[in-house]
Parts: sequence; structure tokens; C-alpha cells
Amino acid sequence: MALLQISEPGQSTAPHEHRLAAGIDLGTTNSLVATVRSGVADTLPDDAGRHLLPSVVHYRRDAEPEVGEVAFDAAADDPLNTIASVKRLMGRGIEDVERLGDLLPYEFIPGETGMPRILTAAGERSPVEVSADILRALKRRAETTLGGELSGAVITVPAYFDEAQRQATKDAARLAGLNVLRLLNEPTAAAVAYGLDRAAEGVFAIYDLGGGTFDISILRLNRGVFEVLATAGDSALGGDDMDHRIADWMWQQAGLSAHTDRKQQRRLLRDARDAKQALSTADSVPVQVTRPDATIWHGMLTRATLDALVQPLIDRTLAPTRRALKDAGFKPPDIKEVVMVGGSTRMPRVREQVAAFFGRAPLTDIDPDKVVAIGAAIQADILAGNKPDSDMLLLDVIPLSLGLEIMGGMVEKIIPRNSTIPTVRAQEFTTFKDGQSALLIHVLQGERELVSDGRSLARFELKGIPPMAAGAARIRVTFQVDADGLLSVAAREQGTGVEATITVKPSYGLTDVEIKRMLRDSIAYAGADNAARNLRERQVDADRVVEAVQAALAADGEKYLSREERARIDTALAVLGRARAGTDTVAIKQAIAALDQATQTFAARRMDASLRAALTGHRLDEFK
Amino acid sequence: MQADLGKNYFELFGLPVAFDLDSADLAVRYRELQRRFHPDRFASAPAPERRLSMQMTAQINAAFQTLKDPVARARYLLGLQGVDTGQETDTAMNPAFLMEQMELREALAEAMLGTDRDRQIESLRQRVNTELEVKSALLRTHFAENSEPARRQARNLVREMQFLQKLTHEIQELD
Repeated sequence: MALLQISEPGQSTAPHEHRLAAGIDLGTTNSLVATVRSGVADTLPDDAGRHLLPSVVHYRRDAEPEVGEVAFDAAADDPLNTIASVKRLMGRGIEDVERLGDLLPYEFIPGETGMPRILTAAGERSPVEVSADILRALKRRAETTLGGELSGAVITVPAYFDEAQRQATKDAARLAGLNVLRLLNEPTAAAVAYGLDRAAEGVFAIYDLGGGTFDISILRLNRGVFEVLATAGDSALGGDDMDHRIADWMWQQAGLSAHTDRKQQRRLLRDARDAKQALSTADSVPVQVTRPDATIWHGMLTRATLDALVQPLIDRTLAPTRRALKDAGFKPPDIKEVVMVGGSTRMPRVREQVAAFFGRAPLTDIDPDKVVAIGAAIQADILAGNKPDSDMLLLDVIPLSLGLEIMGGMVEKIIPRNSTIPTVRAQEFTTFKDGQSALLIHVLQGERELVSDGRSLARFELKGIPPMAAGAARIRVTFQVDADGLLSVAAREQGTGVEATITVKPSYGLTDVEIKRMLRDSIAYAGADNAARNLRERQVDADRVVEAVQAALAADGEKYLSREERARIDTALAVLGRARAGTDTVAIKQAIAALDQATQTFAARRMDASLRAALTGHRLDEFK
Repeated sequence: MQADLGKNYFELFGLPVAFDLDSADLAVRYRELQRRFHPDRFASAPAPERRLSMQMTAQINAAFQTLKDPVARARYLLGLQGVDTGQETDTAMNPAFLMEQMELREALAEAMLGTDRDRQIESLRQRVNTELEVKSALLRTHFAENSEPARRQARNLVREMQFLQKLTHEIQELD
């Protein structure tokens, strides 16, 4: 018998196969896709050489939606069917949308789950579907450029996105047919792009002011480990708001009071944005407004006026900045470097104010529009398994506390904000009334003490509690947040073992039924054969699983498995292999589940061995 | 399926079950464990390993949070030694300590209204911190003694320190 080779646990022995992976920055104003090629991460341009894809979708009757530059150009002529800044609607309810007021000039109608829908020429569209159309365009760009199917993608989200907004983003990716390797926080992605470039160590601040969101993150870099210490922000503050201030000013200067029609508003906003961008280099720009009576107002917008208009918005970024620093336990001079991210940080006034706050000039040498996508591409490359020797590790946090409702409309926090993820916390609760047989568990997110001030994420019921005196039941509620920042909650009565578990589906999210229907619709639309596509997806899943199990077996099979255990796994592999060769998607799914089941003990032993190695295999000074 | 059910937080970090620890060493061990078990390391591993890695990392994070904070560590350690520090069952506390707490809270309320707010709050914060440090040192000696009366004293100290920590937290949240 030939000698078997044994490698370190966790290391794959499978021959190196490069998998195509992309990093996607799904922005409020612009989106980008990046990938690592020959060790270099860069964003991918379209045919015309443009890297930025405007996050705009134009819906037409009986035709595919237009995405990007073409759609952007349609905005002024067909405002109701041209959806821009949809990121501001992700994971939001209809009331939130109404609060945004005339920031978003569309026709909204409430959806089945409280998620708003936009009326377009192509029918009703939810923000998730609009985002999926943008993601689809980026996926297509990446696959055309790279010449193959993407095995997975890392999609970035603002660090301050709550649970509902994250879930909505993941749903959009699913709809677009992307395998999401990870949802990554935008400032963390930017830190990766900068950190790897400079092999830096120390505490960094990432100031990320984009089109519609503001994030501030404080991170510590230590030998390839990016540890987010605190994050704060405002998920409804950005360059869009500046455009509105400028547009309002222009409107007033022209001697007009109320806004008129939507076409005019869109045109005004576009002009405001152009003027703002021009003022990043110029000291003044000419502006004009065509009044409803066709007369024209001509004027000048100076940098000083612009600065005064946007100052209140910049001030609004400094409060979260102070809080994040405080939460991390630092003062401005402790920060080694400040990294600027997002198109709005091109504005001289923003740079000045950030420099004044931290007492040092911020870093701006990577294009602030591209830096997030580049960081995401680096992470995607690692997660896809293309860099098994990488030392990089990202330890991120949840931005907002998670808790549940207790008596009196109060919130009991279970996981405090800035807890490193993944994380798990449990707490015991009890019943309020004698003989109470059910318990309503209401999950909330936010920092406030009152239920009415927090964001309601989900409600579920633990039923079948046997009759007991008030206060006698012991109900253990466990909150678990995964590496994407997504929450699942389980409740269990300790005495009887009655259980209830849910993965939180935010109140403003899509139901599984809706997602299935949308997937069906989008496939029908693309003219693809539903069944064939399903089968193809299952086969890809099967291949992924088989490859992973075989790598694990080659590494440790001989070490941790008895002959019988090995035979059981081999059988499950063979069954899956046969199912994979057939066309029965259900059979493939079942065979994957059976293989999962058969490898559980093996997985546990490998983990245990790895833990023992971590604790005994190294002397401490080896990794200091 | 749960990973390493038998291990307590100290064992998980390869540390002796004791109150005293070197926080720099703890951070190094934490990063090393994360490097091995973080879900990013298992992104293309079989599903059972991915699940285990998530559970392991969640446990590593919870353990690190507990071990790095002296009060949480003391409470956890007392729990392992069979001493419950639960607040609800027993509300009796040293009257002198409670008086001091009331005085501290009054001082905070006054500082909030005062003209020299920031400086006064800062000096209060420092006072509470000093007190926490003193009590932390006391805790160390109690744990070193390893006797039943010492554990009782440690328990009382932990409960007092929880009061002080809550106050620090409230000061922190002010703005």
C-alpha cells in the first residue's frame, strides 16, 4: 500500500484551481465590480472604458430594463420610470419612504409585507428587484470580461446598515443569481484596500461619505488582522442630500417657491450635482434655472456658498465620528491615519473639516470611488479559496444593538452594538401570568430604551409552554449573528424543552414566497429554461460540496475516521455522484443533505484537532 | 451540533482557570484562535465545518468579551466555582457603598447642569475608574486566597463593581 500524505488540517490538497470571484460595491449613486487578476485587484470597465455604473434603472414596457449611463440619461425625460438612489429604500417600510418625502420622486404603493413598491412602466418593482437589476448588469460585465461564470461575490454594504437593509441586499444578490460569499462592510473593505497596500499597523479611522450613506469605522490593524473596534454612521446622509440643498438654493435664487413637476426637479438635481462636482476644483461655476414660464435665471455658485450650504450636513457626520471614537476608547490624536472613502470626500470642504477634526491630513491616494470595490475583490479572492496562505482576517462588528421587548414596552438588549461577529448570546426570561402557554418574542434593533423608538425586526411565538405559575417558566432566548451580520433567534423552555427558532426575516423584507416568484419571473423574462437553470445551480452546489469533502478526506480522512465511518462517507459521495449525473434536482439536494449528515462527526473531529493544535502546537512567542 | 461543549472559556483559550491573566497575551491568543476558526477560513469547506466554524467563532468572541473584562471574568469564574452573582435573588448590599453610589449619581446630575460640565464629568469618570481599579486589585487577592469566605467577599466586590461599571457606561453614553 502506498504511503498516504498527511497535510495540516484546514489546508486543501486539491490541485489549485483558480475560481472567478468578484467584489461588488453596490452604491447609492454609482456601483462597481472589481476582481483580482494576476495578483492585482482592480475595477472592471464597460465597453466604453467606464468603471462607474450609475445605480440607475430605467423600466420600459415590454422591454428589458436599461441600467447605468443609458438609464441616467433617461432620468430627466422619464422620471417616473427611472429609478435612482434605490439603495436609500432598501429594507425600508412605506412609512420610512414617506418620511424621505420629495427626496424620491416616484409613485409608491405598499407591498404584501410592508415593503414599498414603485409603479413603473414594466409593472411594480420592489427596491430589492431594482437592486437586483443593477447587480445583474455588474455580474454580466464581470463574466464577459473574465470569460467565465463567477463562483461567488463579496457585496459591500454600509457598516451602519441595519439587519433589514442587509437582508434586503442579500435577497437582491440571490435574485441576480449571485453566490454571496460575504456581505462586507464598506469601510472595512476600504481598509483592506489601503492596509494591504501599505502593510500598516495601528489604529485607523475610515471616513466614508457616499451618495446616500455615511459610515465611520475605527479599526486596529495587527499582522493582517483587521479588527473593527467601533462603527457608527447615518444610513440616510450623503451627496444626494447636498444636491438637494444646492437645488433648493438655486430654486430660491430664481425667485421660485414650491417645486413644480418631477421632470424639472430631476433636471435641477442633475445640474446641482454637476455644479457641486465642478466646485471640487473650480472656485465658482455659472448655474441657471429655467422657470415654469420659460424665462431663465442666470447666476453664480461660489465655493463659499456651497460650503455654507453643506456645512450642516458635514456637521452631522461629526457626531457619529465622535461616538465611534468614544466607543473604541480613543481620542483623535490616537488615530494613525484617516482614510477617505466615497465620492463626497472629494469635496474640499469635507477634507478640510475631517483634517481639522483629526488633526491630520486624510489619505486620499486610492480613488475614493473605487477603493471599496477593490477591497471587496481582495476579500472575494481569499474567500473563493484562491489564496490559501493569506494571513488576512477581517473581524467586523454589528453597528446597532439587538434586543427584545420586555414588559412595559421596554427593550432588553441582548447583543450590544460593536460586538464582534459572529456572536452568540443567550438570556433567560420568564412568564408574566399564571398558566401562560405562549410567549411573543419581539426582536428589535437600535440603541433606545423604548420599543416605540427602535426598529422592529421580527415577531415570533413560542407556543406549548405547559401551565405553570407566573415566573416559573425558564425561557432561554438565544441570539446568533453570523459573519454577514444576519441574525437568527431561538427560544427554548428549559424545563420542557419546547423550542421555537426563526431566522429573522425583517418586517420590511421579502417573504420567501415573494423571492421564489421573483426568481421565476426574472428567469421567464430572460427566456431561460427554469428547470434547466435549477438543475445547473444544484449541480454547481454538488460540485462545490464534493470538492470540499474530498479535500478534507485527502487531508485528514486517514487520521480521524474508522473504516466504517469512511465507508459511510464514501457511500454518500457515490450517491451524490450518481444524482449529480442525473437530472433530478430533488435527488441532488437530498444527496447533498445526506453527505452533510455523514460528514458531521468528521467535521467535529477536525475542528477539535485544530483547536488542540492552536493551543498546544505553538508556543506563544511564535505568534507574538 | 455544538463544538467543544465541555470547554470553559479559560480552557478554550488554553489558560489556567484563574482570575489573574495577562491581557496582551489574551489578545494574542484571541487573534490566533480567530485565524484558525473564523468562517472566512472555511468559506469553501463542507457545510458541517462551516457551521462548526461559525459556532466556534461565536464562542471565541463571547469568551474573549468575558475574559478581557475583570468584572465579567470574575463573575464567570465565580460561576464556575458554584457562586451565583445573580442580582435579582439577593438585593442586600453594603449600606455605605449604596450611600456612596447615591452621592456619585447626585454629583453626576449636578455636573450635567453645571457650567464646567465636561471637566466635571471627566473628573467623575476618573474617580469611578480609580475605584474600579482599586476593587479589581482587591479581587485579585481574594481569588488568590481561594477560600469560601474569600469567595463571598469576591462576590460582594463583583456586585459593587457592576454598579460602578453601569455608571461608567452611563457617563460614556452622555453627549
